[in-house]
Amino acid sequence: MGRDIHSRLDMQRSSSERGPLWRDPAVRALVIQAILLLALLGFIAMIVTNTLANLEARGITTGFGFLQERAGFSIPQTLIDYSGDSSYARTFVVGLLNTLLVSGMGIVAATIIGFIVGIARLSSNWLMAKLAAAYVEIFRNIPLLVQILFWYFAVLQALPSPRQSLSLFEAFFLNVRGLVVPAPEPLPGFSATLWALLLAVIAVVGLSVFARRRQARTGKALSVFRLGALILIGLPLAAFLATGRPLAWDVPTLSGFNFNGGVTVIPELVALWLALSIYTASFIAEIVRSGIQSVPQGQVEAARAISLPGDVTLRKIVIPQAMRVIVPQLTSQYLNLTKNSSLATAIGYPDLVAVFAGTALNQTGQAIEIVAITMAVYLLISLVVSALMNLYNARTLLKER
Amino acid sequence: MATRTEMIEARRPPDMRRGVVGWLRANLFNGPFNSVASLLTIVLLAMVLWPLAKWALIDADWLGSTREACTGEGACWVFISARFETIIYGFYPDAARWRVDLVLTMMALLIAWLAIPRLPAKRWVGLFALVGFPIVAYFLLLGGHFGLEAVPTREWGGLMLTLTVATVGIVGSLPIGVVLALGRRSKMPLVRSLCVVFIEFWRGVPLITVLFMASVMLPLFVPTEVEFDKLLRALIGIMFFWSAYMAEVVRGGLQAIPSGQEEAAKALGLGYWRRMGLIVLPQALKLVIPGIVNTFIALFKDTSLVLIIGLFDLLAIIRAGLTDSNWLGFATEGYVFAALMFWIFCFSMSRYSQYIERRLHTGH
Repeated sequence: MGRDIHSRLDMQRSSSERGPLWRDPAVRALVIQAILLLALLGFIAMIVTNTLANLEARGITTGFGFLQERAGFSIPQTLIDYSGDSSYARTFVVGLLNTLLVSGMGIVAATIIGFIVGIARLSSNWLMAKLAAAYVEIFRNIPLLVQILFWYFAVLQALPSPRQSLSLFEAFFLNVRGLVVPAPEPLPGFSATLWALLLAVIAVVGLSVFARRRQARTGKALSVFRLGALILIGLPLAAFLATGRPLAWDVPTLSGFNFNGGVTVIPELVALWLALSIYTASFIAEIVRSGIQSVPQGQVEAARAISLPGDVTLRKIVIPQAMRVIVPQLTSQYLNLTKNSSLATAIGYPDLVAVFAGTALNQTGQAIEIVAITMAVYLLISLVVSALMNLYNARTLLKER
Repeated sequence: MATRTEMIEARRPPDMRRGVVGWLRANLFNGPFNSVASLLTIVLLAMVLWPLAKWALIDADWLGSTREACTGEGACWVFISARFETIIYGFYPDAARWRVDLVLTMMALLIAWLAIPRLPAKRWVGLFALVGFPIVAYFLLLGGHFGLEAVPTREWGGLMLTLTVATVGIVGSLPIGVVLALGRRSKMPLVRSLCVVFIEFWRGVPLITVLFMASVMLPLFVPTEVEFDKLLRALIGIMFFWSAYMAEVVRGGLQAIPSGQEEAAKALGLGYWRRMGLIVLPQALKLVIPGIVNTFIALFKDTSLVLIIGLFDLLAIIRAGLTDSNWLGFATEGYVFAALMFWIFCFSMSRYSQYIERRLHTGH
């Protein structure tokens, strides 16, 4: 200790005379980083040489040429044209689209269930609050994989055969082969309705911009919500009716042992969708609850003190502040859901991991390329969403003085 | 916008009734909306709970050891009890099962000792749990030394394998996570960027692809003559994956410690490792215990994923039992039991985390 102070005093006396080199933090940092870099390069070199030697020993050629080859297997659910003659690149796209489909469906359902349960947990109704709490505690603490297998093997596989389908309004049928629903079939003239919908969306966006500017200028508020909902529903509906309702429904009918017409949602998708939504909803419910509880009670009291009505307090005071807490965590749950959809492979839903990192990998043996592509896709999704989230956070950050 | 022109009606006096009726009025029937909601919930609960209880308890079959014991009206728990030993030990040889029992008992005692706040010598017990116990467990479970019969990991399975994977994951990911979190806050650009890339990579990909990578790519990375155990490969993948999540939790704690703490330590002449080990980390880790336990819970749940790469954990053993031709058609019983087992572990961990949070919340 004493010597240390001495040497520092010495250093002050003559700045040219410095302590020993290994005591200098800057030199130390440089040395440590140099060693780290060397170790890293050595590690990479070792892995590369080992891998090349192993691949040669097994007779596997590296490269992405296999993507153009014929895949030769069929996939039970494809959103784009696909057959056994398609290439592995096409397999990849089919798998990716299936992943995005189940993730999108799961996100919508999980958000709806999650918000309902989260708000119910804060209900003054004892029974509802306890029921919501029980929901969260039960589904949050059971592994997602168990839930997926449960829905698929214990519930959906136990459903009756198509002839004894459970039916709703004689239009929706649930059986062991999946869920059969009516398919909409647009007739000529239906495009008018779609154009009207587009127009309505533009009008509502314009209206909300106008309302915000006007309120900033004059202080007069305009209820965009009701007017917007009216435009959004009314305009397409008017166009739909004016063109003579140009939409037919292809209702499924039982013929022989299976259904004709309609769209069949495969049971794997139903099971995965149910499990993902129910599981993620339990986390979203907790996020919503903590978000709402994070708004200080004083905010509500202050709003009451300036006699804002209850719904305005909720819309203008509580929700915007709660959302600042909720949205970032919600996004990370959405990302988790997307990543968790890869569990599809356990029940054979043809997602990216199942068809590409599963079947395609087994057929080609191109382990490195395929696992790398698969990981890169998920990584890309994560990074893009995180970047957007950082943007959102920067915009909604508390402006502190 | 919100100007009132008339007086608000006087409020009714608060309801002072007590007892069951008062409680019901206050909590279930305070207002028309709540009354309807309560009645609907009660009807819904009765519709779900009664058949469930009838299936799982009242009409269920408990006794017996063969399929004939199942009458088919309710759940047939004989399916579980007939293979209970396999569910716990997997294919571990009968004669050596005492070793599993011993390790599990030791683990239970250690956890209990660490979890109950009143017991003394936490530091030494904790040190033993992190360093001594894994070594003892390794020699006991794997065998091959000290006259113990060797049991290769392909014979491991069931709850014992689930607990092994979870424990190794937990014990391994925490220290790596702490190092990564410190590295991410380092002032050396190379160290920092390496840690950031490492953390963001593992956090960005699903665990399944990590397990795939561990099972198909890892053998390519090592010299041809090195044989990699399947369980070991999975453990390495799980450890790296969760250490990234752990690092982010620990980083949250490090950020919450005021910089004055570190500056004061610097002023006393403490070096980097002493500053971190004696001043910053003890405070930071204490702050994020709930977050760490939550990561443990997530890790525990995700151990079930090892079934996808062909290890026979608790879930996989039950699933394998479902394909037994003597016992077809008991999927519901099997998965409900698996869910219950996982739930008990995860729920107790989450309760403990909440308890610790309350205990550590010593502020106002």
